[in-house]
Amino acid sequence: MDLVVEWGQVHALLGENGAGKSTLMNVVYGLVRRDAGEILFNGQPAEIHGPQDAIRLGIGMVHQHFMLIPRLSVVENIILGREIANAAGVIELDRASRSVRELSERHGLAVEPRARVQDLTVGLQQRVEIVKALYRGAQVLILDEPTAALTPQETDGLFEIVHSLTREGNAVIFITHKLGEVMAVADRITVMRRGKVVASTKPADTKPAELAQMMVGRPVLLRVVRGPSHPGEAVLKVEDLVVQDDRRHLAVDGVSLEVRTGEIVGVAGVEGNGQNELVESILGLRSARGGRVILNGRIITHRSTRRRLQSGLGNVPADRHRMGLVLEFPIADNLVLSDYDQAPFANGLVRRLRAIRSYALRLMKAFDIRAQAPEQPVGSLSGGNQQKVILARELATQPKVLIASQPTRGLDVGSIEFVHNRLVSQRDSGLAVLLVSSELDEVLSLADRVAVLYRGRIVAVLEGDAIDRERIGLLMAGAA
Amino acid sequence: MITRRLPPWFVNALLVPLASVLCGFVVAGLVVAATGSDPIAAFSSLFQGAFTNQDAFAETLVSTTPYLFLGLGIALGFRAGLFNIGAEGQYYVGGLAGVFLAYSIHGVPGLIEIPLALAAGMLGGFVWSGIAGALKARFGAHEVITTIMLNYVAFLLANYLIDGGLMLAPHVSTPRTPEIDANAQLPIIIAGTRLHFGLILALVAVPLVWFLLQRTTLGFRLRSVGFNPTAARANGMSVGQTLVLSMGISGALAGLAGIVDILGVSHHMTDTVGAGYGFDAIAVALLARSNPWGVLPAALLFGALRNGASFMQLDTQVSSDLISVVQATVIIFVAAPVLVRWIFRLRRQQVAEVQITQREETAAV
Amino acid sequence: MEFLSHQDVVGLLAQTLVTATPLTLAALGGIMCERSGVVNIALEGIMLTGAFVGYAVALATHNVWLGVLAAVVAGMLIATLHAALSVSLMVDQIVSGMVINILAVGITGVFYRNYIESSGLAGPDTLPHWNIPGLSALPVLGRIFFQNQFVTYAMLILIFAVHVVIFKTVWGLRTRACGENPAAAETAGINVYFVRYINVITSGALAGLGGAYFSLQQIGNFLPNMTGGRGFIALAAMIFGKWTPIGAFGASQLFAFSDALGSRLQIANVHIPIQFLGMLPYLVTIVVLAGAMGRAVAPAAVGKPYRRS
Repeated sequence: MDLVVEWGQVHALLGENGAGKSTLMNVVYGLVRRDAGEILFNGQPAEIHGPQDAIRLGIGMVHQHFMLIPRLSVVENIILGREIANAAGVIELDRASRSVRELSERHGLAVEPRARVQDLTVGLQQRVEIVKALYRGAQVLILDEPTAALTPQETDGLFEIVHSLTREGNAVIFITHKLGEVMAVADRITVMRRGKVVASTKPADTKPAELAQMMVGRPVLLRVVRGPSHPGEAVLKVEDLVVQDDRRHLAVDGVSLEVRTGEIVGVAGVEGNGQNELVESILGLRSARGGRVILNGRIITHRSTRRRLQSGLGNVPADRHRMGLVLEFPIADNLVLSDYDQAPFANGLVRRLRAIRSYALRLMKAFDIRAQAPEQPVGSLSGGNQQKVILARELATQPKVLIASQPTRGLDVGSIEFVHNRLVSQRDSGLAVLLVSSELDEVLSLADRVAVLYRGRIVAVLEGDAIDRERIGLLMAGAA
Repeated sequence: MITRRLPPWFVNALLVPLASVLCGFVVAGLVVAATGSDPIAAFSSLFQGAFTNQDAFAETLVSTTPYLFLGLGIALGFRAGLFNIGAEGQYYVGGLAGVFLAYSIHGVPGLIEIPLALAAGMLGGFVWSGIAGALKARFGAHEVITTIMLNYVAFLLANYLIDGGLMLAPHVSTPRTPEIDANAQLPIIIAGTRLHFGLILALVAVPLVWFLLQRTTLGFRLRSVGFNPTAARANGMSVGQTLVLSMGISGALAGLAGIVDILGVSHHMTDTVGAGYGFDAIAVALLARSNPWGVLPAALLFGALRNGASFMQLDTQVSSDLISVVQATVIIFVAAPVLVRWIFRLRRQQVAEVQITQREETAAV
Repeated sequence: MEFLSHQDVVGLLAQTLVTATPLTLAALGGIMCERSGVVNIALEGIMLTGAFVGYAVALATHNVWLGVLAAVVAGMLIATLHAALSVSLMVDQIVSGMVINILAVGITGVFYRNYIESSGLAGPDTLPHWNIPGLSALPVLGRIFFQNQFVTYAMLILIFAVHVVIFKTVWGLRTRACGENPAAAETAGINVYFVRYINVITSGALAGLGGAYFSLQQIGNFLPNMTGGRGFIALAAMIFGKWTPIGAFGASQLFAFSDALGSRLQIANVHIPIQFLGMLPYLVTIVVLAGAMGRAVAPAAVGKPYRRS
């Protein structure tokens, strides 16, 4: 695999999830050992054995999952590993703060050095990451999926920063799977598929559809096919819900929301604006400080999670490894994770393994879960197949309401299509879906109505023609 | 290397445990040599004491019995993600509860009194460890600290009840509880030895615990919580209740060990504490890789070690504490897949990792 | 109640500070270790090792100071094993700590029976009392703080030393980074393994010194299992003190007070069974731990082995 990055350019590395983009860049940054090949820097072979070597060469990286320490301050995060200290090893925090402030302002990336990282918005945290790389003298900046959690306006702001960096002669490697961004920001484009470079081109010489085909290896539809919705009565109602987060701060601040049968309601918002707390509260995993949750006309605010699930609530959690699956368990056991003690899967206290197995075989077929046997541990499946296990479990019990949080995060295009089509077809057969996603494109292509969540409040509910990308972006940023 | 082609089950169920036991003896031998004694002589008297001396094997099985119960209890805790290091205290509280019932009742047939005493022992252990389970479920207090603290409380409680007079037998030179009636004693199964019916009970407990874990809904819940409490909770399971129950059952098995030892061997209880059962049993459960069937050979090994060690101490003056060196080495090997891979030149996939603590730990130590 | 005269109260407080010495030292060790991301339930075993080796060396050399030094070194050595197991070999950190605890009981037991018990040697002296000129004459405070033995003075200084190291220095920042997010530390060019090794070994030095308290400061003798669960109480003190040196010192005072109060009441012949007085520190630990957990926030990555990709 070959990749040539030039000074003063934005080089986009395009590929699906799992195409090897991040792995490649982790090799460049010294986090992953290469098996063969070499890295040339300014024409010289570079020996990069660890991040220290990369930093010394002037390579900086902003990871998709920020490498920040939430409980430390901005300045502490930035100087970490290159501290400003006196001879006795005591950090000179004032001096460090001044130089961080100066550096950040010079690049138009103003951040408050003494603020705690955990109190910053995602956009500001990203700034801290960029300043951190610049502080280390980065001239080549690798940005791994940098727009994943930004609003459209924040994304535009990032593009400006990227261009101003390249104007100064730096190089930026921009890793993404979003075609629109590539066309907007890149000077050169390298497309990767299954660990190989399949094309190298310029935005002017190509079209999004062509890029998509190169990326996936087959023609793809860029939009979900979806007819108009036929909503019925409201089956899930949230009234004035108030929820606290783990730090006992107000996370959901008086949210009211309705989901009707046969419609998909999308909750748009930058991550960390109360989505998790809202969902957890609806599910009974987090107690409500005020307000009500009504399912099917019954108040369920104080019911246990178990009773809520049994009365028709389904859940596709955002973090499937943490909340969705027991990775060590076989597929079959994961398929009955919430109904393990119900007939026909158990007979009083004893589990009925044969019934569980045949049920699992049936669902594996119905949901196209590709595995050797129901006994295979779910942890050994691909992300797409894992998500299908969760979907199968949640949909097979025929719930009235399905809460789907980030349902396609980290999946390949084929699995994304599968999940999207399932959600739409279930909607068409009468399911009420609450779709929580920080991918604005996903919300726009699936939702019949869009509720925008900002700082724990629903700032707008849009429907039909009112659903407008720019407008939602502004609402997500609290600017409208 | 040939070992590269070995199937994983062979590696994990046989090769690693055997190799770790072997290494345990090598390290222990070095310690013996360091103290200036002869390791060969020490180990041969250990072997004699465990197997070949008169009645030695029967005595080994007598020592194996509590290890079976304790090892099963700790293994069950591991499966729920709980590190019960207080089995010793649960053993004593179970013993106290059971022996109190057993010596207080008179004139009742053994067939009724023995099960009652066993139940009392289990209840004692259940309550004692259940406290730690509840403290974790309700407050997030880590069981490693609470169970150890409860150990000391249990020792002092036993000391108070027995020395302090409430459970003190009249006219004895060393403080102990009254004897239980002959009909409450567990029958001897090999005449002329001390080997008692408790071994049979322990052997029956192995498949029962396996069944509980693998075939019942409670076992499924317990294992789900052990692997991933967050997912268990999100799927409607009550994690707190599961923790209390798992911890309680773990303690009930430890309590059973205590009362079975009393009904089968001593027939009364003294206040001598700190026999080290709790720590030994951790090694048993780890060597068994938390598998109930694996507890069987592991308990036998530690029963033999314990029994042989006392003879070794008499015979060669090497302290019986040496056994804990064997234990520690065994645990290191079983718990360090990297080490095993390196020694046997195995591939990563062949060696299972030992995961005790929960993937999403809720409490801190 | 007659036993609570002014002098008794001051005496009780002085005894509390002394009793808190090993708890605080072990808790400081726990803080160094856990702030870097490694759980250390081995404090108990490290203290026991320190107590034994310190005693044995003092006995052999007739020098208590060499004993103290040996206790520290022994603590560092056995902590190195914990580091090797939990950092390099990625053994479950609680299992690794347990290994150290079991090993400590075994090895000290073997050597004690083989050498010390049978040797019939006269025990070494305990560490001398040092009255700090001037300060020791202060009312109340003088008796509590300035008429102590070496390990207690060392503890008082080390509280502040550890505080400065953790919160003010480059090393402390790197330590906290490794304990909160080792991957982030690594991308910042920090060698996570190195930081963790050094912190685990430092915790061994601190707990080893705490062990010297038992054999060389308190009684001038070694008894099997003489640490009596204090390592675990120290762990609770660390948690209750929210992983800060000063907080841990305060928490240690609380546990030590319950301990000291128990033994005072015993001497004062109060009609409470001695066993119940003995239970006090253990029960207080349980209660405090249950109360503390809701508020305390452990280092985010503590207990998780770090695997370089």
